[in-house]
Amino acid sequence: MKTAKLTRVQLLICSALLASPASVFARASEAPAKAGESSPVILIQNATILTASHGTIEHGSILVKDGKIAEDAQVIDASGQFVMPGIIDCHSHIAIDGSVNEGSISVSSIVNIADVLNPDDVDIYRDLAGGVTVANVLHGSANAIGGQTIVIKLRWGQPASKLPFEGALPGIKFALGENPKRSNFRHGTTRYPATRMGVEETIRGAFAEARDYKAAWDLYNKRAAAGEKNLTPPRRDLRLDPLVEVLEGKRYVHSHCYREDEILMLLRVAKEFGFKVRTFQHVLEGYKVADEIAASGAGASTFSDWWAYKVEAYDAIPYNAALMTRRGVLVSVNSDDAEEATHLNQEAAKSIKFGGLSHDEALKLVTLNPAIQLGIDKRVGSIDAGKDADLVIYNRDPLSDYAVVQKTLIDGRVYFDRQHDIADRPAREKEKKALLDKEKKSEKKPETGEGAKKPGEKKSEEKKTEEKKPEEKPKPPQSAPVVFGGAR
Amino acid sequence: MRFSFQSLRFALGIAVAAGAALLGPARAAAQGGEPQYFAIRGVTVVPVSGPRLENTTVIIARGVIKAVAKDATIPEEALVLEGKGLIVYPGFIDSFTDVGIPSAPAPSAGEGGSRPQPAASRGPEDRPGSTPWRTGADEASLSDKRVETWRSAGFTTVISAPKGGMFPGQASVLNLAGERNGDMVVRTPVAVPVSLLPAGNFGSFPGSLMGSLAYAHQVWLDTDWSMKAQAVYEKNPRGVARPRFDRTEEALAEALEDHALVLIPANNARQIRRALELADRWHVNGVLYGGQMSYEVAGEIAAKRLPVLVDLKWPEAEKDADPDEVPSLNTRRFRDRAPSSPGALAKAGVKFAFYSGAITAPKDILKAAKKSIDAGLSPDAAIRAFTLTPAEIFGVADRLGSIENGKIANLVVTDGDIFDEKTKIKFVFVDGRRFTIREPEKPKDPPKGDLTGKWKFSYTTPEGPEESTVDFVMASDGSLSGTLSSTRGNANIISGYLSADKFSFTINISIEGSPADVLFTGTFDGTAMKGSISVQGLDIEFTGTKPGVHQISEAGAQ
Repeated sequence: MKTAKLTRVQLLICSALLASPASVFARASEAPAKAGESSPVILIQNATILTASHGTIEHGSILVKDGKIAEDAQVIDASGQFVMPGIIDCHSHIAIDGSVNEGSISVSSIVNIADVLNPDDVDIYRDLAGGVTVANVLHGSANAIGGQTIVIKLRWGQPASKLPFEGALPGIKFALGENPKRSNFRHGTTRYPATRMGVEETIRGAFAEARDYKAAWDLYNKRAAAGEKNLTPPRRDLRLDPLVEVLEGKRYVHSHCYREDEILMLLRVAKEFGFKVRTFQHVLEGYKVADEIAASGAGASTFSDWWAYKVEAYDAIPYNAALMTRRGVLVSVNSDDAEEATHLNQEAAKSIKFGGLSHDEALKLVTLNPAIQLGIDKRVGSIDAGKDADLVIYNRDPLSDYAVVQKTLIDGRVYFDRQHDIADRPAREKEKKALLDKEKKSEKKPETGEGAKKPGEKKSEEKKTEEKKPEEKPKPPQSAPVVFGGAR
Repeated sequence: MRFSFQSLRFALGIAVAAGAALLGPARAAAQGGEPQYFAIRGVTVVPVSGPRLENTTVIIARGVIKAVAKDATIPEEALVLEGKGLIVYPGFIDSFTDVGIPSAPAPSAGEGGSRPQPAASRGPEDRPGSTPWRTGADEASLSDKRVETWRSAGFTTVISAPKGGMFPGQASVLNLAGERNGDMVVRTPVAVPVSLLPAGNFGSFPGSLMGSLAYAHQVWLDTDWSMKAQAVYEKNPRGVARPRFDRTEEALAEALEDHALVLIPANNARQIRRALELADRWHVNGVLYGGQMSYEVAGEIAAKRLPVLVDLKWPEAEKDADPDEVPSLNTRRFRDRAPSSPGALAKAGVKFAFYSGAITAPKDILKAAKKSIDAGLSPDAAIRAFTLTPAEIFGVADRLGSIENGKIANLVVTDGDIFDEKTKIKFVFVDGRRFTIREPEKPKDPPKGDLTGKWKFSYTTPEGPEESTVDFVMASDGSLSGTLSSTRGNANIISGYLSADKFSFTINISIEGSPADVLFTGTFDGTAMKGSISVQGLDIEFTGTKPGVHQISEAGAQ
């Protein structure tokens, strides 16, 4: 019964497609669709489907309904493009308004990336064009305990409140090694810590405080429950609240790290305070302590083949992902960078050459594995009936250098369409030019009065007013010798 | 920095004392001893609270409006002003500024040039950038030169707050006139402005937007906790540790008990949406300020019923922008559409008022509002956003914002529609006190030569030789504008001209807290300027030379 019904629906859609070719996509790709609009029914047909969970389906089709992958997708005999699950970037710094780091304090758990999500960041769209549908947006690595983090879907065009991945546990960024101890900070700082020992002590100190804070609240709640009067509750401390959540398992720890010793250090501290490290990020020496990481249950999110860009990255090898995978560590490959995120498919493919991962294993590095690491694998990460229709369509096998993203879908809605993007460019250029001409025209209008800007007026004054431009987000200088924001 | 001639005046003590007789009446003409009763007869009234009234008489008595009627009885003691052909508006309100609060004096270069760096803040507990106990009323001063320039442009009232930091201090409603500073205060405090610009940097908390937000969250929580903890303690202080005292919490708690408004920055769409959430999260009566991208989110603002203060300093292209740096489509759209925001707000039914933002020349405020009218806002709605609406938002509509019997006599009298560029403001009444608006002097003859550029003025005061730099901009008709900078400070040229070879221009400075005009007159022989400086009955000779075009002003570095 069910199958027959679905087939009818598909037939209807197929005939609609025949009547006006590409009409389904044409309608769907009026993206970004407005919030609240129901997602269209979409049939992707004649594709090679890389499921990431149960192998490859040649000449398959996917039926998308209500934003989910529908059951019993009918297999149609046709050749076509490649469909894979939306790429999940386990380490991203896109879509952040203002600085990526609250770099002033060693324990900056008070700040929250969720407060400053920037839906207007064009990197969201660029990453969509690289097939990314989900990003773990992290605070920078300036501090031993950094800010609170959030997993988002790249719903370009939607307001900030629509970006968070519903139900995904929030996280917190930790950082070990050179960055939090400020080895690369040239401007001189007296901030504690200045050594790896200090980083460990900073984390331990913060959790000791959090433990006391939790105890104070537990006691208060107990006394209040017993009906005691005239009680003053403990003062809410937004710095310690997220650490208590870590202790209670309600918040994931994503820790930036490089060296084996600091990796083991954090595992010891976590054990002492009774929390889990959800992922080690970068973890370039992870291959040396893969067994210990695997035993702890922590995931590893690493780079494909970057090394030696600083002293703690000298022992990095491109075999890291494969070696850790072989030792039973759940491994993902991440970008840490908006540009890198546009070709994570290629980054994943490198582990086939370096370490001999299978095609499926390589694909999982940027799909199912990061989904599991972020606790969202029930919703995304593979092409399975009932999962969110977060899909990428490539013109070739996505693990090929020549693969180009054609369409990216989130929740069954097309958020990136290559043909559309190309087709829209002349209109955008035209609008840009028209607005510029209009601006120039109004500038030429003779102005009178005190406020009229005249040539020769002080430049510095004009600059001052320009500082108020609201849409320009401050970015760290590209040529800075050491970049802390998104620092590796 | 205030331009201070204090030391000059001290040195010239004898001269000034001699001129005191002259000075006394001069001040009286502007302020004291003036009429207390006025009747503006046969005038067109734009009351804002009701429909326009033609051929009406407005009676002002001892600072308040006594009658607005066609057949109002004119009191015998009233000075009668013929209002035929004139229009009376309620005094305009600049709804968020620091006009009336002179900025703290900058350090002089002679003392090393830089202020001692404040200690780095190590977290929220150090209360970075927080001085919410300051108020506009406490710091209001008639010595602020902008009191006169704003008033002359039709602004009789400002909502002013100290600037600097995240909780810089509370806003007060100030009238722009008085004999003593306290006369300016209409109501205080009325709002708590919040800024989310990070107070610190990489070495001092908060150094990021998320840090500023986290700090603000914590401060509001602390304030709430502090109020509750104090209440519990007062009930039963024995045997319990007393809650700590914190000046920031104390000031904010008082403001909250007073149901004060909290002004939240929100200019573009995402900032506006964020601010709407912040008002809920902080449990405060929020007012958004900025609002220039309201055209995108007016409906969402309306749904939350929050008022908006719209910044009239519209986004525009940098005049000296790198031609190779092409602004994005979004930036261009924003520049193009920003002035349509007030119209969108009006359509959505959002309460909004205008403020000057970074506009430095007050005449540009009305020009900027005109852009919104051109973009679809009705002129009546624009007038309301300068008058009754801000009065309503800040809780002073019972005394300000419209022309009604019993309200404070803050009025602007013009010879035409106030948004028409050709219209001139004839009088401004503040608290029933009349100010005649000085017309900028116009040159009689075409100028001989061009004064535009930087000049070095040399003169000798009783203290010894001194120099100033004057940066002139001369229009083709000879009208002068520009700035004068000396070691004593900077001042703008109020009006001036070059007519044939004769020049005359005026700057306004502060002498011991009172504004004073300084008049420069003389001749220009094509290469050098020569003439005299008159201030408070004292004349000094000066010469002006034009150094190389590329020479950088020393004074500019201050």
